[in-house]
Formats: sequence, C-alpha cells, structure tokens
Amino acid sequence: MTRKKEKTVQENIRRKRVERIIHGIFLMLGLITVGCVLLITIYLVISGIPAMRTIGLKEFLFGQKWASTAAEPKFGILPFILTSIYGTAGAIVLGVPVGFFAAVYIAKIAKGKIKWLLQSAVGMLAGVPSVVYGLVGMMVLVPGIRKLFKVPDGASLLASIIVLAIMILPSIIKVSVTALESVPPEYEEASLAMGATPIETYFRVSVPSARSGIAAAVVLGVGRAIGEAMAVMMVAGNAPNMPTLFESVRFLTTAVASEMSYSSGLQRQALFSIALVLYFFIMLINAALNFFLKRGNVKQS
Amino acid sequence: MNASDNHNNETIISTKDLCVWYDDFQALIDVSMEIPEKSITALIGPSGCGKSTFLRTLNRMNDLIDCAKTTGNVYYRGQDIFQSSMEVSELRRHIGMVFQKPNPFPMSVYDNIAYGPRTHGIKSRAKLDDIVERSLRNAAIWEEVRDKLRQNALGLSGGQQQRLCIARALAVQPDVLLMDEPTSALDPISTTKIEELILQLKENYTIIIVTHNMQQALRISDGTAFFLLGDLIEYGSTDVIFSTPSDKRTEDYITGRFG
Repeated sequence: MTRKKEKTVQENIRRKRVERIIHGIFLMLGLITVGCVLLITIYLVISGIPAMRTIGLKEFLFGQKWASTAAEPKFGILPFILTSIYGTAGAIVLGVPVGFFAAVYIAKIAKGKIKWLLQSAVGMLAGVPSVVYGLVGMMVLVPGIRKLFKVPDGASLLASIIVLAIMILPSIIKVSVTALESVPPEYEEASLAMGATPIETYFRVSVPSARSGIAAAVVLGVGRAIGEAMAVMMVAGNAPNMPTLFESVRFLTTAVASEMSYSSGLQRQALFSIALVLYFFIMLINAALNFFLKRGNVKQS
Repeated sequence: MNASDNHNNETIISTKDLCVWYDDFQALIDVSMEIPEKSITALIGPSGCGKSTFLRTLNRMNDLIDCAKTTGNVYYRGQDIFQSSMEVSELRRHIGMVFQKPNPFPMSVYDNIAYGPRTHGIKSRAKLDDIVERSLRNAAIWEEVRDKLRQNALGLSGGQQQRLCIARALAVQPDVLLMDEPTSALDPISTTKIEELILQLKENYTIIIVTHNMQQALRISDGTAFFLLGDLIEYGSTDVIFSTPSDKRTEDYITGRFG
C-alpha cells in the first residue's frame, strides 16, 4: 500500500517537474520576442541620438532642406515627415471609404459566391508583394498621371497616395469585416423586428456596435501606410522636396532606404535618426491601436 | 381551429395550411389557427415542436433564415402577409417582437427607445421625449430608469433589460406583440414583473407568447395552442386546455409526462 502511494507521489513530482520545464521553454520563446523589440528600440535610440545632437533637434526636425551629400550638408527632415503624414492621410481619405463600404457589403449584404469571390480577392490583395504594387504603379499610374494632369513627371505624392490607398484596403476590409461579423445577431434582429430595413439596420446598429473594431482597422491602415517603403520608393520620385501633390517627394521610409547603401559619417547617423522618428510614429500608432481594441473589449464585457 | 372563449374578439391573425421547411426538414405541418385581438395566446410544446418557428413566421422574421421555405397563408387583418405588395418592414412595425434573451442595443436607454420612432422618421426632440417616456411607462420601467436615460442600457439588470426591450417594441406603436420565451432568461421576481406587465398590455395589444413554462401559460393566457413535432395538436381556451384537454398527447404534456 505505502509503496504504491510513494510511487504515485514520485510520479506526481516528476510530472510537475516536466510541467515546469515546458513552462520555462515557452516563457523563453516568448521573451525572445520581447528581447527583439527591446534590442531594436535600444539600438535605434543609441544610434539615432548622436546625429540629432550634432545637427540640433530643432534644425533636424524642422529644417526644410535635406542635402546630405552637398559640400555644406543640410539635414532637415521636415519634408520627409510632412510627406509621410500627407501621404498617409491621403491614403486614408481615399482608402477608408472604399474599404469601409466594401467591408459592410462583404460582412452583411453579400451572400454565397459573390461573398466568396470578394473575400478571396481581398485575401489575394493582401498577399501581393509591395514591390509588385510599386511595379504596377510605375508602369500604369505614373505615366497615367503625367498624361492626365499634364505634369512633367508622374512620379509624385499623388501616385504614392493612390498606391498606398490600394495597399491598405485589405487590412481595413479584413479587420472591419471581422468586427462587423462579430456583432451579435440579436441586435440586428431587434432592429429588423421594429420595422427597420436591412440597410438601416446595418448602418444604425451593426456599424455603431462594431465601431471600435472599425477604428482599429483604420489605425492598422495608417500603420501599414506610414511604414511602407518599397512601393512608394518606386512611384514617389524620391526628390527631397517639401510635399506638393504633383511633385516628386521622399517619405521617411524611402529617405532611409535610398541613401543607406552609400552613406557614411554624419549622413549615416542622420539616417538612423530618421528611422528613430519613424519608429516613434509607429509606436504612437500602436498605442492608438491598443487603445481602440481595449475599449472594444471593455464595452463587450 | 379557434379559441372558443374569445369569439367575441375579432380575429387579428389567422393562418391557413401554414407549412415551413428548413431545407428538407418540415418544421410546421399545415397549421391553421385564428388568433383573437386584444388577448394573450400562449404557444406551448416541447423544444423543436415548431412553436418558435410559427411565431417568427407571423412577422416574417423567419425570412432571415436562408434555408427556410414557407407555404400556405398568413393573414394579418385580412391581408396576406406573403403577397408581393406587402412591405415587410411595415408589417414588422405592426407586429413587434420581444426575444428570448434581452437584447438592448449597446446605446443609452433613451436611444434604445427612440431607435424605432427615429427609423420611422420622427425627428422632433419633444415628440421623441414624449414617446420615450410613454413607452417606458407602458412597460412599467419608467420609475426605475428615469434618472438613467443617458446611461448605457447594457448596465441594467436582466429583468430591466427585458422590460426595456418591451418598451422599445412598444415605441413604434405596434398592434401585435410576439414574445419568444421572454422570461426564460430571468429570475422569478423579474418574471413576475413581466407577467404582470403582459397582463396590462392585453388592454391595448394582442400578445402571442411562446413559453416553456406551463404555469406561466396558465397564469396569463386566454388561449393556448399545443404544438408537437410541427403539428398543431390542440388549440382552445386556456381553461379548457389545462382542465379537460381533448387530446391524450396534450394531457400527457401538460401533466409533465413528457417534454
């Protein structure tokens, strides 16, 4: 009897130990992610600060002229910051209405084959590599803008905005559709049972109920747009101008990407500082995203 | 069939050979029934007997289920509700519905009640205020929420939420109220309150209620219809059904021998 009991006790101890080891392995794998984020943050801060110090924070952030390879170099990144903000805002203005209504249609109205077709198309749009977006933009959009608006070069802020607007569509649509589909059907039934039409129901009950999810979708789109480099590099023209719609512009992302390969000294340090500024924007957007998602959870509980 | 006790009241809804299929499954088999105005009609029967399907067919909420197919006729005040000239939203405005689970919108108490009237085009603030107060009073919940009109309705208790849903249904001034087990998710005290409320509402509205609670049917209803496997087995005045049912199956069910 006692022997048997002892055996069970030992068995239990063994099992507990295995549990603990597995727990430890998973924790370590999780910590790798945290470690990566920390490493990137620390690296960016350490390598981004010196140039800002040398150039002067105000001069760096608000300087309107970027001439990194001139005899008397200028390192003002206001053109890049504004281009990134304008470009993202433009993409949101164009992309959100399209994405939002498409999401309502997919989540609530489309049935059967049409729904399947639309959802597969959105899925494929999400899977297209950004270099392909850039390529198509370069071949179709840039000459199109040149001819349509009779400007010397179609590579411009407008071309970037259009490409970005299309690129953010899948994130906006997918997240919005998920949010709309998780609206409890009881809400919609209640509305229909009072004599509201389906369309009235979708816009007055379903959309308000899903609004935190839809807000998260928009923020996700902002994040995608501001962080995109390859596609915009191919259609923006990349001249460090203060942004205007039909002129060649350079984004924060493309500023880093286009000069990194041949940079040195202060110029190289300045590129790291640009990356730090970009990183700061992304952090802000992530905070906003978490805020919206959290608010959605609180409301549902 | 006809509820004999209420023959002095005019028939408001009648069905003739009503059948409903979900794909190949027949949920209702040739149900013909006449429901009198300003009375409470209880639909009873074991789960899956078709009583909820019957209820949801009366305001065409069953249209929302893709695989549902309906034959036969339903007449509301003499009009065939399946004829093409029938505007479904208009029909549902006249035949309101209260669901099993309280389902207030995630908005303020006020906006919940004002939702229906606003949908039907009422914009004047004073008119809406008036409708909100009247509906909440009619649903016997005004005293409890008069100071909480701006608060989110999801913060109310389950029983309050259900009365709020009744108030919301009343706000569009319906003619008939369909209730699908409105108290099955509530505690006994809330249930009593809702039952009292239903009895009051009988003055002005026709009420058709699905219930699993036989005592509830006995307490509040004037007519009772017993469904089994999609068939309307017996329909008559509640007193008769519960004291001297003519069908053996009805008797077995109400005495708790099955279901």
